[in-house]
Amino acid sequence: MEKALTELKNNECGIIATIQGGRGVTDRLNALGIIPGKKVTNISSSPFHGPVTIQVDRTKIAIGYGMAEKIIVLAE
Amino acid sequence: MKTLLMGNPNVGKSVIFSRLTGINVISSNYPGTTVGFTQGFMKIGGESAQVIDVPGTYTLEPACEAEEIASKFLEMGDVVINVVDATNLERNLYLTLELLEQDIPVVVALNLWDETRHRGIEIDLDRLRTLLEAPVIPTSGLTGQGIKDLVESITSARSSRRVQKSREERWGEVGRIVKEVQRLSHRHHRWFERLEDASVKPVGGFIMALAILASSFYVIRLIGESLIKFILDPLFQNIWKPYLMKLSGLLGSEGFFHGIFIGKLFEGTISFTQSFGLLSSGLYVPLAMVLPYIISFYFILGIIEDTGYLPRLAVLLDTTMHKLGLHGYAIIPTMLGFGCNVPAILATRVLESRRERFIASTLIAIAVPCTSSQAMIFGLLGKEGGRYIALVYLTLLIVWILLGFVLNRLMKGLSPELLIEIPPYRMPPIRLLVQKLWLRIRGFIIEAVPIILAAVMVINILFNFGIFGIIADVTSPLITGVLGLPKEAVVALILGFFRKDAALGMLALLTLTPKQLVVGSVFLTMSFPCIATFAVLFSELGVKNLIKSVALMITLAFSVGGLLNLIL
Repeated sequence: MEKALTELKNNECGIIATIQGGRGVTDRLNALGIIPGKKVTNISSSPFHGPVTIQVDRTKIAIGYGMAEKIIVLAE
Repeated sequence: MKTLLMGNPNVGKSVIFSRLTGINVISSNYPGTTVGFTQGFMKIGGESAQVIDVPGTYTLEPACEAEEIASKFLEMGDVVINVVDATNLERNLYLTLELLEQDIPVVVALNLWDETRHRGIEIDLDRLRTLLEAPVIPTSGLTGQGIKDLVESITSARSSRRVQKSREERWGEVGRIVKEVQRLSHRHHRWFERLEDASVKPVGGFIMALAILASSFYVIRLIGESLIKFILDPLFQNIWKPYLMKLSGLLGSEGFFHGIFIGKLFEGTISFTQSFGLLSSGLYVPLAMVLPYIISFYFILGIIEDTGYLPRLAVLLDTTMHKLGLHGYAIIPTMLGFGCNVPAILATRVLESRRERFIASTLIAIAVPCTSSQAMIFGLLGKEGGRYIALVYLTLLIVWILLGFVLNRLMKGLSPELLIEIPPYRMPPIRLLVQKLWLRIRGFIIEAVPIILAAVMVINILFNFGIFGIIADVTSPLITGVLGLPKEAVVALILGFFRKDAALGMLALLTLTPKQLVVGSVFLTMSFPCIATFAVLFSELGVKNLIKSVALMITLAFSVGGLLNLIL
C-alpha cells in the first residue's frame, strides 16, 4: 500500500517509491541516501506536524514534516 | 604537496586530522563548525606536507554553502584522503565513487574500524580494495590505529579516473559493493541505542533535554564555585595579598601610583572586589571570578558538542523553532552561542536562506549570553542566590522567543524544512576535549585579560582627572532614569562593546543591589555585540542588515532593561 512517509507508524517499514519534490529537495534527500528502492523504518514522529525520524541503512535522519510528506513509500 | 581530508559529516574526520597533524584543532560531532576549513602540516618521508580539513559533505554536487566550499577545494588539492565511516558503508561510498571519478589520487581511510566488531559488521578489505581499485586503510581516530599506514600509502596512491556515471548508476554500484564486501551478524540492541532513539521521541526527548540542561547548569556552578572557593580565592588572599600589601606600604598607602596599581584601601587593607587597582581587582576579576566559570562552561559545552546530542535537540525543537521563523537546525548555532557568539554566527551559514540567517544571528547576538558573559552573570549574582540568575536567563529566553516570533511575522518568506542526520552517540575523545578546552582558555587569557587590565587602568586615570564624572553626568538620564543604575555604570556599558566579561566585571566593582545587577546583566547581554561579534555580523549580514540588527538590540535593551527596573 502506497502512503506518505509521514503516515508510517512507529517501527513500521516501507520501501521508498517516489519523491514528489522539485530538484532541490530530491538532491538533498538523495545525498543522504534517501533514494527510491531503499528500505526505511520509522523511528519516531513528533507531534504537531513535527519532523519524522527514520532509519535508512545505518543512518538515522530527521526530516521536516513538509518534506517527509513528499516521500511516498510502499508499506510492507 | 596538498592533501585534502574529505568525507561525510560525523565520520571522525577532524579526529583523523588532529592525529595526522598533531596541531590543536576544533573538532565536533556535527556539521557546521568546520565551515571555514582548518589546515595543518604532516611529515611524509621526512618532508612536510600541507593537510586541509575540508568541511564534511555527502556529495560533490553541492546542496548548501558548506558543500560548495568542499567541491571547490578539490581543484587545489594534489591527493585526497577519503575518510569513510566503516559502520555505515552504504551511505559513505557514494562520495568515494564520486571522488574516484575525479582526476586526483584517492586513499580511503576506513575509520571507526574498531567499532565495526561490536556492531556485528565484517568487511572484506581485500575485496573492497579490488572493487574500488584504490588503497583502503582501516583506521581509528580514537586509538590512532592505521594512521602510520595511511601516511605511507599517500605517496603510492594513483588517480584511477573511473568512468563518469549517473546518480542512479552510482547508487546501484554502492549497493553491489556493499553486498559483496560486508557481512552483518545478528546482535542485541545495546542499551544506549535505546537511549539514542529515546532522545528524539517527544516525551522521552523532552525529559532528557530538561535533565541534560538542569544537570549542566548544576555541574557548571559546582565546578566554577569549587575552583573559586578552594583554589583561586585562597591563592589570591593568602599568597598574592601579602606581596601587594608590602608594595602598598612601599608606595605610601596612597597617591597617584598607589591608586593605579593597588587602588583604594578598605579599612587599611585590599579588597579584591572593590579596590580597583591594576594588580588587585584588575587581576582578581578576570582570573578568580571569570576564569573558573570559563573553564566549567567550556568543559560542559565541549562534552555536549562531541557526544552528538545537539542534532537530537534540533529534532525536538523543530516545531517550536518554526514559529520563530527557523527550523530545528538553528538550535545548533544557538547553543554554540553560549560558548562564543562569533563561531555561532559563522555557523548560521548552514541555514539555507538569508532570512533565516538574519533571524538566527540577530537572536543569538541579542539573547544568547556567551561564556564570558555567563561567567560574569554567575560571578555577580551567584552569591545573591540562584533565583536571580534564573531571572536573567528567563528574561533572555522570553526576549528570544518573542523577538523570533515577531521577526517571523514581519519578514517575508517561509522557513525551509529540517533535514539532518542523527549521528550515533559517541564518547567524546578525552584527548580532543582537553585540547579544545585548553585552546579556549588560552584564548580567554590572551584576549580578555589584557582588555580588562587596560580598562581598569583607563578608568583609574579618568577617575583621577575627573573626566569620568563628566561622562557619567551626561549619560545619567538614560542610565539612572531608565535603567535605575548608578551613573558610574556608564563605563561598564561602554566597555561592553569591547568585552562583555570585562564590562560585567566593572559592575562587580560598583556595589549594586541584586535588582540592579539583574538589570545590568540583562542590559549588557542584549545591548550591543562585542567588537568581534560586530565584525562577524558585518561580514555575514552586510551593512544594511547589520544596522537593522544593531538598532533592534539597542531599542530592545533599553526597553527590556527599563521594564525590569519598573517591575522588579
